[in-house]
Amino acid sequence: MLGLLPPGLILIAAAALLPFTSGRLRDTVLLAAPLLAIAQVMALPAGASLTLDWLGEELVPLRVDAISRLFGLIFSIMGFLGALFALRQQRLAELVAAFLYAGSAIGVAFAGDLLTVFVYWELMAVASALIVWSGGMAGSFGAAMRYIFVHFLGGVLLMAGIIWHIVEGGGTGFGLIGLAHPSGWLILAGFLINAGAWPLSSWVGDAYPEASYSGTVFLSAFTTKTAVYVLWRAFPGTELLIVVGLIMVFYGIIYALLENDMRRILAYSIVNQVGFMVTGIGIGTEMALNGAASHAFAHIIYKALLLMAAGSVLLQTGRRRCSELGGLFQSMPVTTLCAIVGALAISAFPLTSGFVSKSMISDAAAHEHLGLAWFLLTAASAGVFLHAGIKFPWFVFFQKDSGLRPPDPPWHMKAAMILAAILCVGIGVYPAPLYALLPFEVEFAPYTAEHVIEMLELLLFAGLAFFVLLPLMKRTRTISLDTDFLWRRVGPALWRLGLALLTAAGALGGRLLTSAGRLGSSVSGRVVGPQGLFALTLETGLTILVLTIALAAALWFTLGPDLMAAMGGG
Amino acid sequence: MISAQLPILQVLLPLLAAPLCAILRGRALPHALSVGTVLLSLLVTVGLLIRVESTGTISYAIGGWPPPIGIEYRVDQLSVIVLLIIQGVAAAVLVGGGASIVREIEATRAPLFYALFLLNLTGLTGMVLTGDLFNLFVFLEISSLSTYVLVALGTDRRALLAAYQYLVIGTVGATFYVIGVGLLYMMTGTLNMADLADRVAGVEESTTIRTAFAFMIIGIGVKLGMMPVHFWLPNAYARAPSVVSAFLAATSTKVAVYIMLRVVFEIFGVPMFLATHLSEIIIGLGILAMVVASVTAIFQDDVKRLLAYSSLAQIGYILFAFGLATEPGVTASVLHLFNHGLMKGALFLALAAVALRAGRTRRTDLDGLGQAMPLTMLGFTLAGLSLIGVPGTVGFISKWYLLEAAFDRDGFIIAAIILGSSLLAILYVWPLVERAYFRKRDPALPPVEEAPLPMLIGIWLLVGANLLFGVWPDLATGLAERSALLLLGGAR
Repeated sequence: MLGLLPPGLILIAAAALLPFTSGRLRDTVLLAAPLLAIAQVMALPAGASLTLDWLGEELVPLRVDAISRLFGLIFSIMGFLGALFALRQQRLAELVAAFLYAGSAIGVAFAGDLLTVFVYWELMAVASALIVWSGGMAGSFGAAMRYIFVHFLGGVLLMAGIIWHIVEGGGTGFGLIGLAHPSGWLILAGFLINAGAWPLSSWVGDAYPEASYSGTVFLSAFTTKTAVYVLWRAFPGTELLIVVGLIMVFYGIIYALLENDMRRILAYSIVNQVGFMVTGIGIGTEMALNGAASHAFAHIIYKALLLMAAGSVLLQTGRRRCSELGGLFQSMPVTTLCAIVGALAISAFPLTSGFVSKSMISDAAAHEHLGLAWFLLTAASAGVFLHAGIKFPWFVFFQKDSGLRPPDPPWHMKAAMILAAILCVGIGVYPAPLYALLPFEVEFAPYTAEHVIEMLELLLFAGLAFFVLLPLMKRTRTISLDTDFLWRRVGPALWRLGLALLTAAGALGGRLLTSAGRLGSSVSGRVVGPQGLFALTLETGLTILVLTIALAAALWFTLGPDLMAAMGGG
Repeated sequence: MISAQLPILQVLLPLLAAPLCAILRGRALPHALSVGTVLLSLLVTVGLLIRVESTGTISYAIGGWPPPIGIEYRVDQLSVIVLLIIQGVAAAVLVGGGASIVREIEATRAPLFYALFLLNLTGLTGMVLTGDLFNLFVFLEISSLSTYVLVALGTDRRALLAAYQYLVIGTVGATFYVIGVGLLYMMTGTLNMADLADRVAGVEESTTIRTAFAFMIIGIGVKLGMMPVHFWLPNAYARAPSVVSAFLAATSTKVAVYIMLRVVFEIFGVPMFLATHLSEIIIGLGILAMVVASVTAIFQDDVKRLLAYSSLAQIGYILFAFGLATEPGVTASVLHLFNHGLMKGALFLALAAVALRAGRTRRTDLDGLGQAMPLTMLGFTLAGLSLIGVPGTVGFISKWYLLEAAFDRDGFIIAAIILGSSLLAILYVWPLVERAYFRKRDPALPPVEEAPLPMLIGIWLLVGANLLFGVWPDLATGLAERSALLLLGGAR
């Protein structure tokens, strides 16, 4: 119907259209555009591609294969779920930004060359910063500023890497890049910043919870997962990624356990989940890559579901801290139920989507005899259950009664959550369609007795641990780092090192402004500050002196050798 | 045939309109005449562009005296791309600047203002067209003298001081240039550029030629705002009438770069440029400007001054790429010359609208303007994104070519500095955007309204060009690439 129209453009066009609509028409655009994009993703024939010439380089704005279709599809689905959830969002800027953002993410998924990837990449950075910005929370602006800075830093590294790659004859095509040439390292660094990789992961927990109730849902889906996608394409089997991924897994768990803000818990849990995917890409076997891709697919849905539940709570109560919430199951049954489904899925409970995707990665680790990686991933699964699977729903919906009796959110938000919940269970019960979409043939059977029992045991013990340690978990309301038991296991030294690096990373981002200001007013202020050497209005005579010195210097350089010769000769 | 006379028309139009403006009375007539003139001039430029693209370099002998005896006007791709930015910005600024001129220039001075503006345009245009070094000096003086007066017309009393300083320094710079021309003439007996290029070849080792080189480089360096002989620029830009700032920032330093390109590559040639180490020095000065001027910009309170320092930094990019003396380098230099003109023209014109409505242009004056002047501030924001180098804008194209040029010479450290400096641009642009959209205007101040329609048209013409040439850059990149070929191919 639409020929070879890149599906991302549908959402970008819709974003341009939104400001001119209102009421019913806006609702229609919001819902129809993502549906159209889904249809277009499925209609594009495999192997199709578009090329065009730009700046003397060949651009491929559309390249269709299994992996691009998989990510294009989930991004389009997410565009629909997000739009449905945000249907009554009054801030037009957020909706426009969200559609631009989703469209650019789909654009990355179908991009066949590095230039196109980069253009969409930067568009995503700007659009997502706008979402954070329009959050309207007290900390929204500062968070957006730090966020945009980190992402432009990533963009700058990526751009340098790409140009270097092209200048060195690597071509513009977007495929396997690897670390053979230094330009590959730059590109990897640019990608990893968007993936939320440690040590530049603080932006995830920093910025996402500052967006509005619906904005965070969009944010959770695209930036980190496009990063997973590009890593999948460009750096499969890069062993460094195993290490990076495992660090992300535990970083996410530790921070989520220490956190009190419900959406920040879920934001840290994004880092944790992306860590699983990055590890899978690092392992790099067909099974691991399948696992990473399918886990991204499943994760986007259940993480969106969890954040929709949290967003509903935020919208209905105006509160975001776990310690101020509780007992909401009595008046918000639908939200509670959906949150539980999401929590089970993220914990990889059998019959949910998380179970059929995540175990693929840890099995791949076992197949490759990466014993330590396998052990860590399995241990982390228990950790996921602790922070996202139990902690979030327990403290928000059950635990003590906070006395709040807000009703369930409006119908469209409920509808979005229910749809997402159905997808979570549907994929878990009947994974064949998802497996069929994967790039490699699946020889993996999730529902073996061994898998199920192992997972249930793990979850059971983790659950037991949670309730046994409930008093400790509760302390999270007064985040006190020195009494929590978890960090002691990691080791105080590592903790301090990590903290120092994280602080440094934070400073590198947003705080650069303030520290630059401080620096400017002190030492270097004398050179570049408002009253500094270079900013001074010099006396005219002095300027002429500078000019004369410059002329003398230029004469020295043009005539120097001759003068030397003349003097030497004379 | 009129098409054969296009080169001379390009200069004659503003030159003849200027005295006409001076004898007219009131505001409306001179304004209409000037707007008509610049629009017609822009048409002539487009005509020249079409001719150059179809038939190649145009040589026009003034008065029928063939070069090198007579004065020759030469129009090639490099001239055309610089002409495009001059005439385009002049048109946008005059079309959009009417209200701003009414506010900042007294009625009795208005006819003079327009006359000077057109004279300035004449000077800049002439410098780009002429193939004769002394004729170029004449045009340089026409544009410089008119600039001094235009700057002095600024509303701030400090404008006088700025104009005076610029007068003294600019004159010294021009004198350096003309001393260089004199020395060249002494050695070669010609002033025609093409002719000079041939004759310098025989005597390039002579001390006289080398001295001429040094004088000319520093003389032009003053005009283009090369650090550390830039001290006139921030004050002149900040204190001049808003419209003049917009025009100067987008064009005058660009023409100086144009002269530098012609003189260095066509007359003296790459070997001398490299042998005298001026190549490295200019790269170094460019990098110095990128970093120091960017950081200085971050701390400025007056937004006009902030943008002036940003201009110095951007000139740093142009100089660095120029200093590489490679084909990708010169291409990037010419391209950024064009693109930066578009960015700064848009930013300064939007700022003229701010000055018109909000009264002043300190940072705090931007507070809340996102609501009060949505179209102006959206234009300002988009031009700001272009300055940062976001894809879809000309800034991205520039950054791309600059990086390519750096990597082409294995300049990894330089590439890192370029990228770092583009992050600095975020630090001086973004806080302005934040003020416009996320702060409330002081309720004690009078409310502001959107800029008048002509001004919006002017701003959006330039913003539109930022986006248009950002998405379809082929015209500008093509001209820049062929300019580089001409400049370096002609060099020995």
